[in-house]
Amino acid sequence: MKKSIGIAIILLAIVIATAILSPNFLSAYNLENLLRRTALFGILSIGVGFVILTAGIDLSIGGVVCLAGILTPYLLTQMGWTPTETIGAILLMSLAIGILQGSLVAYGRIQPFLVTLCGLLIFRGVARGITMDQTQGFQGKFAGIRWIGNGRIPLPGVDGFAIPAPVLSLVIIAVLAMVFLNRTVWGRWMKAVGRSPNAARYSGVPVARLQILAYTICSLLAGFGGLLFVCDVGSAQPSDFGNFYELYAIAAAVLGGYRLSGGEGSVVGVVIGAAVMQVLRNAIVLVPWLPDTAEFAVIGLVILIGVLSDELLRRFAASRARTQAKGV
Amino acid sequence: MTVAPPILQCRGLGKRFAGVHALRGVDLDIRSGEVVAVVGANGAGKSTLMKILAGVLPQDSGEVLLAGNPIRFAGVRDAVRAGIALVHQELHLADNVDVAGNIFLGREPHRFGFLDRQAMHSQAREWMSRVGLELSPSTDVSTLSIGHRQMVEIAKALSLRAKVLILDEPTSSLSMGETTRLLALIRALAEQGVAVVYITHRLNEVLLCADRAVVLRDGARVAEFSREQLTRERLVHAMVGTIHEQHARGDRESRSGSTTRLLVRDLKTQAHPEATIDFSIRRGEIVGLAGLVGSGRTEILQSIFGIDKRIAGEVVLDGRLVASNDPAAAAQRGIAMVPEDRQRDGLMLEDSVRLNASIIRISRESVFGFIRGGLERAGVARMVGLMRIHPATPERPVGLFSGGNQQKVVLAKWLSTEPSVLLLDEPSRGVDVGARAEIHSLIRQASDRGAAVLCAISDTEELLLLCDRIIVMRMGRIEGEMDVAEATEESITRLAIVGSVEFAA
Repeated sequence: MKKSIGIAIILLAIVIATAILSPNFLSAYNLENLLRRTALFGILSIGVGFVILTAGIDLSIGGVVCLAGILTPYLLTQMGWTPTETIGAILLMSLAIGILQGSLVAYGRIQPFLVTLCGLLIFRGVARGITMDQTQGFQGKFAGIRWIGNGRIPLPGVDGFAIPAPVLSLVIIAVLAMVFLNRTVWGRWMKAVGRSPNAARYSGVPVARLQILAYTICSLLAGFGGLLFVCDVGSAQPSDFGNFYELYAIAAAVLGGYRLSGGEGSVVGVVIGAAVMQVLRNAIVLVPWLPDTAEFAVIGLVILIGVLSDELLRRFAASRARTQAKGV
Repeated sequence: MTVAPPILQCRGLGKRFAGVHALRGVDLDIRSGEVVAVVGANGAGKSTLMKILAGVLPQDSGEVLLAGNPIRFAGVRDAVRAGIALVHQELHLADNVDVAGNIFLGREPHRFGFLDRQAMHSQAREWMSRVGLELSPSTDVSTLSIGHRQMVEIAKALSLRAKVLILDEPTSSLSMGETTRLLALIRALAEQGVAVVYITHRLNEVLLCADRAVVLRDGARVAEFSREQLTRERLVHAMVGTIHEQHARGDRESRSGSTTRLLVRDLKTQAHPEATIDFSIRRGEIVGLAGLVGSGRTEILQSIFGIDKRIAGEVVLDGRLVASNDPAAAAQRGIAMVPEDRQRDGLMLEDSVRLNASIIRISRESVFGFIRGGLERAGVARMVGLMRIHPATPERPVGLFSGGNQQKVVLAKWLSTEPSVLLLDEPSRGVDVGARAEIHSLIRQASDRGAAVLCAISDTEELLLLCDRIIVMRMGRIEGEMDVAEATEESITRLAIVGSVEFAA
């Protein structure tokens, strides 16, 4: 928990700054939208957090989001599948992608960077091939299934503001992830794999199976995320749907306290990290003197500052702990 | 008697960590051409003292005199410039660079900004010949044995014009042959006028090669012996306060009547595919693997546990086969493995004692995969008390503990699961006499509960102290087997070095 305080402070600072610079920021409409985007990206970020925890990386998230995002309307409208069949197929496909990529990393001993980079290219390529690059939409139907992405849960007595439905998914996923990581043997072992793969192996921890599990969770959440995204926006263009999402997810995890060398990170931190990313993107649009075209530059800069200040804070805490210990 | 003035002196050195005295008023004189052994139990302050001398740490009180002048090192570079070099227990060589590159790392000879490879290699060859390292300077360090790496470190120190050479437990991972060579080198360096400070747990080596031995206990200098005064008993007595090393040997029951627990049949390892290994261990028996470094002992342990793939052969535990190349399955069957390099393979150094010690047990006592936190904490607290892990702080990162206590944590991880087979690779490497005795007693307790124990140990003295039976390895093969009652240090060493076949000249 303590480690998430730094990133929480950064979030608060950016929120306050944006609120001062743009009067529209605190409007109910904007906040609701912000919450929705945070929930959607938060789900992807929690997923990649598992992989980063084992000292791996998953660059294929954008590809999986794209494939899930275009297949959802495609299966519903072109193939005539029922919503249940469609959701089942998307989740099964994501599961298979995760197991495949995880096995290539764990048993094939191929660098995760390479495996998932190829995955990123392949999944987008497949998505474009299936649809012949045609935009896929719900054609105004399927409001029922689309609720999980674009639904609003009204608050009694509050007008103009409602809880976006994806927040529900995020909360359930975040709670499950926290329970898994902190309360189960596999969660404990997954951290051990990231801390020291050698020590884990010499302790009889099934390292390969845990790595595969991490990639599977990540792809599953990416596929589910893609489903939510397309339900939210209503249509998906195969050539750019989910572009750069893997980088947003990785950035959120790193901001939230995950170390790319593995073994450290918290679910709460990663969700706050995802929120920081979305507030930033929002701020660039709202603040009049910030050019929208500078979005990537600003985001890159803020992540750098965030990671740097986190490192400094960590060193400060460590040296204070040392002096305190000396004083006893 | 006229003696050379001390090149390095300490006067009343004091150092505190977290309020605990690591050193209290230590005096030490080091003269050129002399080998001074610094001995003491873990936590006695040896490493702290050496780190202050080598400029790694500043002292809190007292002073260091260099050739009679007070000096304060701002860092390691300062000390190196003054001619003081520390060779660490854990070696710090760059694996991907050749020998010459390592000797001159950071100060490579160059011409017009380009690396002068020729000059570097010829100079490297000079320093290598001084330490008796007969290798090409372009040999990759990653292919060298630990013994050879040590020589490279010493050559590097000498090339820095070291007048004082501090060796921190240099023989802890060397084979018998390598140790003999290193001790000879130390004597030779002393004769050339280098002052050698030698930190070790191995009392035999102190008796063999030290001109003087200084004993530290609880951060204070408790004794100093000249060459003539040196005896084993005196050293042990000064180190631990009371003599309690030689014990427990006599009162062990014979295991010759108990049933076979572990059977290794027709095993071929990747390192020595030409040799076939066969042996068995009874319930409660402690079997030692003797042999030189590289004789294939580690590989046998690793192929039983499944870290290495077996080329051929099978391992049978209690009548059932153990899967090859699957450590998780081996652990499930009750096989425990204590690796040689505990920092790399045995522990998650940044994690607490609790997380390290409970990593296997949590899965045994879990319900539907959920950790039972209360049981976990209670179990770890019990093990910390039982094994006398010091300080008894389960939430402290294990990397902050001394070597002996780290090893106890590795043992706690396995012993808390009551293993059927206990495999140990150099279980008391870098561990002091007191902790070694405790580790031995824990191993014996595990065997008393029926575990079959197999341990690879380089120190013949320790083999005789701990084991019921000894298997001697040589070049990947089993060269001989003997009951501890009929084994001697000499017979083991002879078998390990020359084998069972006597050659006529």
